[in-house]
Amino acid sequence: MSWRNNLAEDIADPIVAGALKHFKASVDAWSEAVYSPPRTVLETTRRTWRLAASWALGCLLAAGSLGGTLYDRHVRRESARIAAIKAAEQKAALEHKAAVQPVTATIVARRQPTAMKHAASENEDLLATVDSDVSRQVPAAMEPLAQMMVSDGAN
Amino acid sequence: MGLGVVNLRRMVTSIKSMAAGTAVKPMTADAADEIAAREFAIIVESHRRQIFRFLLASLRDVDLAETLTQECFLKAHRNWKHFRGDSSAMTWLMRIAINLQKDHWRNRRLQFWRHTQSNAVDVDEASDWLPNGERNAEQQILAKEQVAQVWKAVEGLSARQRTVFLLRYVEERELNEIARATGLSEGTVKAHLSRALGRVRAELRGKR
Repeated sequence: MSWRNNLAEDIADPIVAGALKHFKASVDAWSEAVYSPPRTVLETTRRTWRLAASWALGCLLAAGSLGGTLYDRHVRRESARIAAIKAAEQKAALEHKAAVQPVTATIVARRQPTAMKHAASENEDLLATVDSDVSRQVPAAMEPLAQMMVSDGAN
Repeated sequence: MGLGVVNLRRMVTSIKSMAAGTAVKPMTADAADEIAAREFAIIVESHRRQIFRFLLASLRDVDLAETLTQECFLKAHRNWKHFRGDSSAMTWLMRIAINLQKDHWRNRRLQFWRHTQSNAVDVDEASDWLPNGERNAEQQILAKEQVAQVWKAVEGLSARQRTVFLLRYVEERELNEIARATGLSEGTVKAHLSRALGRVRAELRGKR
């Protein structure tokens, strides 16, 4: 028997045909019962969430980097300002010092002879006071000795 | 649906060629991709159920059938731009599914030393599924017995015979479509089908 006759016979055979029909119906029923359709909604939701999360993360990173840059710039500017102020203060101090020094020297130089004179007169006065305080009328018995001292001083 | 998709594809191809010649409105690559994506969504919607059913009948394992169905469409999506529409989309998808199934069995055979637990249901359990028609209880029992006998016969078939048998009697595909999907000649398909039917007939007769 050739395969052609065999096929024709099987289709003609009501038992085989019925069994194949039931078999197909059974497979269809089973497949329908356990078939789960593609979850496109879930996928869309996931995609939406992923998109939202990536946007949020992107914004956060952008804000962070921008904030960091601005903060860094601010800190640098502030440091530069403080450094400039310090430098200006130092410069001003140096300039002030340089301006003040010659004047002081002049004043000191001008004041020096006067002070010396003043000091000398003070010494003279002091000595005069000492002389007046210390000097006493010598007794009569010491008169010859006193005469000798005067004459020594005169010589 | 299959013809519609093929026509749409041809239309897209002609539009693309026209765009290349800049005779008419040029179509951007994004627009072409969008059309291709829509096309593929239609393909998934219309053929996924059939591919799953074929894999379920071949493997009798719901999880594995689901996994291979996903893989089948993933592979199809990757190669969608290479599909020229020479055969129907269904035949093309069936071919991918058959190859995936072959790869699966080959891998399992190579991994025989591993403990591979199969979730395939047994023949009796598979034959429990019958639609509630207008049959009485006796007819239902008889139908269930017949289904179990066919399952037993199918279980004894070679992988190729089983594929051909299921494509013909579950998926109701034409012989030339089966030949294209399996990569066999029509004569070989008929020969496999004949042997498979002989086995089914013997199983049914043996139980009479």
